[in-house]
Amino acid sequence: MELDAAILSRMQFAFTVSFHILFPSITIGLATAIAIWEGLWLKTRNPVYFQLAKFWIKPFAVTFGMGVVSGIVLSFEFGTNFSGFSEKVGPVLGPLLAYEVLTAFFLEAGFLGVMLFGWQRVSERLHFFATVIVMLGTWLSAFWILSANSWMQTPAGYELVDGRFQASDWWEVVFNPSMPHRVAHMLLAAMLTASFIIIAVSAWHVLRDKTALWAKKSLSMALWGTLVLVPLQIFVGDGHGLNVKEYQPVKLAAIEGIWPEHEQPLPLVLFAWPNMEEERNDYEVAVPHLGSLILTHSLDGGAQGLKSVPPEDRPYVPIVFFSFRVMVGIGFLMLFVSLWALWLRRKNRLYENKPFLTVARWMWPVGSIATLAGWYVTETGRQPWLVEGLVRTMEVASPLPAEKVLWSLSTFVVLYGSLLLAYLYFMRKLLRKGAPSLEALESQLNAPDLPGYAKALVKQVADKPTEGGAR
Amino acid sequence: MEQELALFYFLVLGFGVLMYVILDGFDLGLGVLYPWLDDDSERDTVMRSISHVWDGNETWLVFGGVVLFAAFPTAYAHLLSSLYVPLVLMLFGLILRGVAFEYRFKSVRSRRLWDAAFFGGSTLAAMCQGMVLGAVVQGGDMVGEMFVLHWFTPFTIFTGLSVVAGYALLGSCYLVLKTRGDLLMRAARLGRRLVVVMMVSLVIVSLWMLYSNEWVRTRWLEGLNALYLLPMPVLSAVFGFWLYRALDGNECGARPFWLAVGLFVMGFVGLVAGLFPFLLPHQMTLWELHAPESSLWFTLPGVLIFLPLVLAYTLWGYRIFAGKVEDFEEGY
Repeated sequence: MELDAAILSRMQFAFTVSFHILFPSITIGLATAIAIWEGLWLKTRNPVYFQLAKFWIKPFAVTFGMGVVSGIVLSFEFGTNFSGFSEKVGPVLGPLLAYEVLTAFFLEAGFLGVMLFGWQRVSERLHFFATVIVMLGTWLSAFWILSANSWMQTPAGYELVDGRFQASDWWEVVFNPSMPHRVAHMLLAAMLTASFIIIAVSAWHVLRDKTALWAKKSLSMALWGTLVLVPLQIFVGDGHGLNVKEYQPVKLAAIEGIWPEHEQPLPLVLFAWPNMEEERNDYEVAVPHLGSLILTHSLDGGAQGLKSVPPEDRPYVPIVFFSFRVMVGIGFLMLFVSLWALWLRRKNRLYENKPFLTVARWMWPVGSIATLAGWYVTETGRQPWLVEGLVRTMEVASPLPAEKVLWSLSTFVVLYGSLLLAYLYFMRKLLRKGAPSLEALESQLNAPDLPGYAKALVKQVADKPTEGGAR
Repeated sequence: MEQELALFYFLVLGFGVLMYVILDGFDLGLGVLYPWLDDDSERDTVMRSISHVWDGNETWLVFGGVVLFAAFPTAYAHLLSSLYVPLVLMLFGLILRGVAFEYRFKSVRSRRLWDAAFFGGSTLAAMCQGMVLGAVVQGGDMVGEMFVLHWFTPFTIFTGLSVVAGYALLGSCYLVLKTRGDLLMRAARLGRRLVVVMMVSLVIVSLWMLYSNEWVRTRWLEGLNALYLLPMPVLSAVFGFWLYRALDGNECGARPFWLAVGLFVMGFVGLVAGLFPFLLPHQMTLWELHAPESSLWFTLPGVLIFLPLVLAYTLWGYRIFAGKVEDFEEGY
């Protein structure tokens, strides 16, 4: 394979977007958790909730910063690396991204300052309001981005005029057929990613210090959360699968490893090595009829296979096939951990069971891995199309000299690699410190001329010094 | 109607770019000034004075990008791909300085490294923005289907350095507004020198453009244009002189900052006046490059409703953190 500018641009985009997506998927979930804790603190005045909000706001801020700097890159790359795409599809996708910036990006940025630094400047209600707005901003941002991405997967409401796409019905563009599935799937993925980070960090602290009430609280809350979120995600994922089957049958065939033009009934391929040259699976382990049951909700339903399109219209099957299995495997691992926790809870041993806590503490990266795997399924599964069935990826890259892209790609790899190391290092440092004690929080807020938030806390702690179990 | 809409988006684009230049200008400028600050506590104060706003400021850059993408997709494609190297370098700079905010306060041993990232990243980003600006006002050629801009010329290097100095001036005026004592005095002293640098560069850039670019020369000197455009150089001179006087060390409020902003606005309007109505200078105008009407209409309510809202809460955010940076504030 020759490394021309188009291939290099694709590699660069894949690399920069993979790096970027790690961070928003964490901050969407963490922002939600922090808003819940802050709300509970205002409602119940149990200081544990305040400790949790203050503890998690730091990793949130660091992660948000990484998301911001890596996100700006993406907003430029359409133009720098895919000028043909920008020109053709810009009239449809541009307005969606403009709405994202206007309704979400600015919102997050505008209220983030108050959320992070406003503790001593605004009242507690206003602070809570800022936190909620930041949370809404992260959700809205995901909504617009996924709407734009979904349109590229299942284009609708457009017409082609002189080789350029134009919207004929904006409602259909924004609410295109796969958008609801993708938004729901991604938001749940973000919640799960953050939940398992919270679970892992809390479990680690419980393992080390049995008296860390705040850690027990967050462990318990996050595990209740995943007990609801994981089954919900499986349900949503199933619906998404049916949608892919209907609108992107070739992607589905790659996911399932289906080769014949039409196969009926469908087995469920548990493991195989997709062999693209000979157009079949090697070393296949499959359960007959189960594929039909899952994909068509009947015992002998069929589906279109990869051979129904010429080889140049097929994605690179192994990536799609294996990424899907990684994602689903992690989903079931998450389900297992959540159910295990429920079982331990019934026996009142959730905070004592060492094997469980040890497994839980190592769950921190699984959400991110599953999110990335899911993105690889959806993005590589769409290839060779950038806009499904309409625009080929290789035809819309910028006419750049290959050296330039090679230079930028390698610099991105070095830069992002070092940043990821720095991020992991500082996150580890922050997360190991644990929640600040109430005394520390009190002294931090005990400054002259403070508005409501700080005073309320100081008063609260002074009134009931031991309630909630400060460390 | 299409024509009017296109013009409207051109104005929105200009407004977005101007907001970006002023807002991220002052916080990038603080990065440029970093080596001239003495000790760790001064640097802490400087960082604290912008850590709650830099993210919002940078959003204006993304806003400018998406307005161009949504309303003038062809211009977006041509400009960004022809400015590949300086834009990617600018992104590297913005990344480095952006993470420095987060990691500097959390580090002990690596603090010097993050200081360097903040200074280097800010300066690199400012320099690249100046070079992009220079390349755009200098104009480009159509080579077949491709639009080509020359971003690495003596002129663009000069505009790059001017923007670095200009941002540093904005940064020092911001410090006069946000700090006290020694730091304020130092900022005022630096600011004074930077006003002179900035005024000289403005004159050089203007003459250079008039001398080398026929289109700009015609635009400025033809008929009565010079008379209409006269307020810009005159006001620039007034603002510059006034700013120099204001930065005498006794001023500790917002006046220098607003005067520096005025100077930037004049410089920006002057540039736009020299370019209008080109988006791919001096090849294609905004009338030829705008998106289909359906796209322009769809984005319109978003701009009309949300842009004022954005401005309102941005202003609110600045008001909450108004006044000098306080020592007791520890952040999150």
